Amino acid sequence: MRYSGFRVLKEALSGHKGWRPLWRSPDPQPAYDIVIVGGGGHGLATAYYLAREFRQHRIAVIEKGWIGGGNVGRNTTIIRSNYLLDGNEPFYEYSLKLWEGLEQELNYNAMVSQRGIVNLFHSDAQRDAYIRRGNAMILHGADAELLDLAALRREYPFVDFDNARFPIKGGLAQRRGGTVRHDAVAWGYARAADALGVDIIQNCQVTGFRIENGRCLGVETARGHIGAGKVGVAVAGSSSRVMAQAGLRLPIESHVLQAFVSEGLKPVLPGVITFGAGHFYCSQSDKGGLVFGGDLDGYNSYAQRGNLPVIEDVAEGGMALFPGLGRVRLLRAWGGVMDMSMDGSPIIDRTPVEQLYFNGGWCYGGFKATPAAGMCFAHLLATDSPHPTATAYRLDRFARGFMIDEKGMGAQPNLH
Amino acid sequence: MIIDHPLLGPCDAQEFTYKGDACLIDRPEGLGDGAEAAFHDYAYLRDNPAGLHRELWFHEQGDRSWLVVTRNTLTHEIVGVELARDVARSRGRGR
Ligand SMILES: Cc1cc2nc3c(=O)[nH]c(=O)nc-3n(C[C@H](O)[C@H](O)[C@H](O)COP(=O)(O)OP(=O)(O)OC[C@H]3O[C@@H](n4cnc5c(N)ncnc54)[C@H](O)[C@@H]3O)c2cc1C
Repeated sequence: MRYSGFRVLKEALSGHKGWRPLWRSPDPQPAYDIVIVGGGGHGLATAYYLAREFRQHRIAVIEKGWIGGGNVGRNTTIIRSNYLLDGNEPFYEYSLKLWEGLEQELNYNAMVSQRGIVNLFHSDAQRDAYIRRGNAMILHGADAELLDLAALRREYPFVDFDNARFPIKGGLAQRRGGTVRHDAVAWGYARAADALGVDIIQNCQVTGFRIENGRCLGVETARGHIGAGKVGVAVAGSSSRVMAQAGLRLPIESHVLQAFVSEGLKPVLPGVITFGAGHFYCSQSDKGGLVFGGDLDGYNSYAQRGNLPVIEDVAEGGMALFPGLGRVRLLRAWGGVMDMSMDGSPIIDRTPVEQLYFNGGWCYGGFKATPAAGMCFAHLLATDSPHPTATAYRLDRFARGFMIDEKGMGAQPNLH
Repeated sequence: MIIDHPLLGPCDAQEFTYKGDACLIDRPEGLGDGAEAAFHDYAYLRDNPAGLHRELWFHEQGDRSWLVVTRNTLTHEIVGVELARDVARSRGRGR
């Protein structure tokens, strides 16, 4: 069923009786050519691109809960390609380009909104670092713009520019950045993949891999054995747990990241804004809620909830940036489990087990990556070679000394 | 979270800085055979369990001792706290 304005009108006039479920709920087949473990944004996008771009058949996505119940439905929805390093920037810019055409391609309203993102700076050194980053972005074909105080005051008049401790000196803007309705991304990819024949199997946890002579022959699940020519794992915060079932130890720790949404307000925030003197970022959803977040709690966690000290820290960052936030009531707070890698950058690679492939280590930035991660993982699964924008995301880069450490923090995942 | 410090009694976890898996106590021998591979595993690979996790916390805003805290990563419940010094000595380190 295609969506269109005409269709909405027709359904409105006929009592909305014609809408159908967006995807089937098939029973698992005994075997598939390709099994994707994890029905988050990445797993679903991978299945879609495998079927659409790489003409693969007999594909299943196996999800332990319901699709969209993981980080793809928990994140703060920001998309951008404002990275510095060569290993990252072409990949994220490719992803942003895919976002730009995604809704037409999927025939699904994912509310992709290029409302722009501004990273504020508060000192000369920080300005120099942002100029360097902006230049790196432009060299890779992305857009970047340095905003002076006058321009910022015009666009964000309610920000505390003259904060005594952290006066704002300017900002680095990426106009093509913005936000996307997060769970609509999971639903849009699921619907499009299903239409191409992909089986989406929910409520079916993968509990192990069948590995013989170093080759992966399928997965063990809550609903029995499912054979597979190739298995691709994209389970985000559960990466270490799932890959341990294949005997692998990963360069990853799982950490909890919290996010917050306020009561609905009239439009106040035109785009996404980040504070440069502490960790706080904020946008306004189309329903009017201010969506914001900050640092990880900082200790290993699989709890999908955090603690009060970080809530206080995020609120302090918010108050330093917009003192008016103090009058706004908080509606909800929640947490998601992040697959924090040792250099803060992701992994899309083969593993030492043949026919077993891994996508993970996305830290708190994997939502914006969803289209490109799906495309690149599908490329790897279909062709056994990395996509040109993802050649640096190797699993063995730590052993070879090719870390991609945007923040220069070293092997300390809670600092990335 | 409240960490029951063996010397000071219950302290707010906010007073501490988190380092990570207590396996970091077992630093490999730098000149031994296979040191390169051992250091790779030591620096970069983690078990990252869902459940009980032994981990290093530094009492940075307190008495500056290092602790080994045993904590459940699924519930955040803390079930044991030891001085890292005692743990390290019992493992034959810091002669
Ligand atoms: C609070 C918060 C804010 C964030 N903000 C942003 C942001 O603004 N911008 C951005 O780019 N990124 C952001 N992120 C990060 C982003 O959400 C993740 O990096 C990304 O969603 C991870 O990929 P995914 O969608 O495939 O993960 P998920 O949706 O978590 O998918 C993984 C799936 O695997 C399933 N699974 C796990 N174990 C098994 C098993 N054994 N068998 C079967 N299935 C299994 C899970 O149930 C889950 O559905 C944020 C994350 C959080 C938590």
